[in-house]
Amino acid sequence: MFDSISERFQGIFKDIRGMGKITDKNIQEPLREVRKALLEADVNYKVVKKFMASVKEKSLGEKVLTSITPGQKIVKIIYDEMVSLMDQEKGEIDIKSGFSSLMLVGLQGSGKTTTAGKLSSYFKKNDLSTMLVAADTKRLAARQQLKTIADQVGSDFFTIEDEVNPVLIINAAKETAQKKGIRRLIVDTAGRLHVENELMEELASIQKNLIPDEVLFVADATTGQDAVNICKEFNSFLTLSGIILTKMDGDARGGAAMSIAYTTGKTIKFVGIGEKLGDFEPFYPDRMASRILGMGDIVGLVEKAQSTFDEKTAIKMEEKFRKNEFDLNDFLQSLRQIKKMGPLEGLLKMIPGAANMGKLSIDEKEILHVEALMSSMTMEERMKPDVIDSSRKKRISHGAGRSVQELNSLLKRFLMMKKMMKNMGKFGKKFKMPAFPG
Amino acid sequence: MHTFTKNIYERIKKGLKKTHDKITKNIGKILPTSTDWEENLEQIEEALIESDLGVDLSMNVLEKLRSQLNLLKEINNDDVFNKMGNILKKHLLNSSRELKEKDSLVVVIFIGINGTGKTTTLAKTALNLLNSNKKVMLAACDTFRAAAIEQISLWGEKLNVNVIKGNYGSDAASIAFDAIDSAKAKNMDYLLIDTAGRLHNSKELMEELKKIIRICNNKIPVDNLEKLFILDGTTGQNGFHQAKAFSESVGINGIVVTKLDGTAKGGIVIAIEDQLQIPVKYIGVGEEMEDLIPFNPDYFIDAMLK
Repeated sequence: MFDSISERFQGIFKDIRGMGKITDKNIQEPLREVRKALLEADVNYKVVKKFMASVKEKSLGEKVLTSITPGQKIVKIIYDEMVSLMDQEKGEIDIKSGFSSLMLVGLQGSGKTTTAGKLSSYFKKNDLSTMLVAADTKRLAARQQLKTIADQVGSDFFTIEDEVNPVLIINAAKETAQKKGIRRLIVDTAGRLHVENELMEELASIQKNLIPDEVLFVADATTGQDAVNICKEFNSFLTLSGIILTKMDGDARGGAAMSIAYTTGKTIKFVGIGEKLGDFEPFYPDRMASRILGMGDIVGLVEKAQSTFDEKTAIKMEEKFRKNEFDLNDFLQSLRQIKKMGPLEGLLKMIPGAANMGKLSIDEKEILHVEALMSSMTMEERMKPDVIDSSRKKRISHGAGRSVQELNSLLKRFLMMKKMMKNMGKFGKKFKMPAFPG
Repeated sequence: MHTFTKNIYERIKKGLKKTHDKITKNIGKILPTSTDWEENLEQIEEALIESDLGVDLSMNVLEKLRSQLNLLKEINNDDVFNKMGNILKKHLLNSSRELKEKDSLVVVIFIGINGTGKTTTLAKTALNLLNSNKKVMLAACDTFRAAAIEQISLWGEKLNVNVIKGNYGSDAASIAFDAIDSAKAKNMDYLLIDTAGRLHNSKELMEELKKIIRICNNKIPVDNLEKLFILDGTTGQNGFHQAKAFSESVGINGIVVTKLDGTAKGGIVIAIEDQLQIPVKYIGVGEEMEDLIPFNPDYFIDAMLK
């Protein structure tokens, strides 16, 4: 969906950019298309209405009309409007103070428990101790789920089995955490619908009792038109301090984020971008806007690479490239680092213009197979692939559960890559990452 | 009306009260006073789009309504409701909405993205089947999410039915394999399989799902497999893309729309049937165990509008 909307925007923008003179009349059609595309991205009807009115007003302004390339200007107006719409005042999650507590609220299935784990892992990275508190007394096995996640993160965990009153659990948790000198208390609450007054009152009483530093609303990125009302309702019972948007690794994007930010004025603080605990990053309005508009996210890509690749390894690798000492061991290592960056299709989408290249798909399985083949080689074989004879080939492919042909093609591609590097090495040392086979 | 059906109708109506309030409020507010029809229609358009009906379908419905109303000399609220109801009903399917029933084991597999309510829907379905005296067994094939196996095991205890399970991280397809053998051996009528939530654009996870489906198709007649896609009722237009992707990779026999009680929406139900031709079989309109009810197009539209 995201792709198709980006494609559509690219098409519309091409039309707008080509326009010579913009009039009240000829701007109607492209703007109608933009409106439709936004609605299909699940931006709320009322938000779209206001957004389009403001874009239109600015597009017909004097500066645009007298500009040499009015079309270009309008594209910029749309982008800027979108960014400013999502760019609420910054409210970073506090990673400095001694003790603070956070509570997560939202509808059922929006991803509160997983997000609690991700937040805890985020604090851990910043050297803060955490305690995860299971105050979801409704859903079966919810406490068990949070406990498992706490073990994965290496966080403290607290609950009182069979206690149905979340306030009692949270009070006891707070006391224990402060005694233990834990610095971040993260409270997971039961999912509830915004129309259930009784349950919403319960949340309000939790907030009154705990007085948390952050009350974070966890919103599903696939939410439709109602996102605005849901968030508003939660905000009327509680004082929300911000929003975390989940399931952003899916193909639904933008709409809910744009509507919620616009209507409630709350900051989107983080986005969930995968099933792993590390798949969690800050929200950047400008990147979000360029992603919705199909402009790619090259800054995000570079940052992602930087945070995953450690510099020492990169320098060592570069050195090896230049001396042409790159062997299958290094190849395996870099493959694993790239894999750490997340799903490849997600990475591809960050490349500007990728939306226009038609359906891009990378078979993640093939990469797994390549990894398996290399894993079943001995250290020596990886260092000197020349020693791999036919009986070794049989053993390797058998061990990896792949065919000898696949192994042959891997070795062939590796040789070609080495040859290419040798040539490139002669010209300079500009490159840092190995090309991908396949 | 029969008491039972009346009961269902009341439940739907209760569940969809918000949708209903919104649409009627929007229409009721403007109709009697304004004579400018285009302005009125724009407000109806807003109501339709805000019900997650989608832009294309909303426009389509609006066009039909416009031409039908143009034929009338005088227009009152009832006309608008009736006509809109009829137009919307035509976008819903005529096909059967029953869960498959066979002489031999029927396997029902619950699929969908993360957090749509697969496990809860499975438990509610099990209760419905038990209430109609069917023999039911469960399979815990979500071996990924933390505590997913515990969750379904607890349901098994509550409902007093057997749950076939494996270890976390183990192959879901092999658990399905064992579960079908076990369900057959114990002469079960239904085996309900819970699966891990997966985003439809994750190739690897969709392949895993295909594998589970292949196992099922190898062990029971193809027609004995019911593939239920669980959709969160608050989902917007991405709902189509989810349903479409799952349908294209494994085929879907029916859809269950959950969490329809809290939201002012419901339009997505119509949009999906209209565009993908897959029948909605059940809707979830509340947290109670009895709140998973068969989908009835007439009741649904009436509850939405009246």
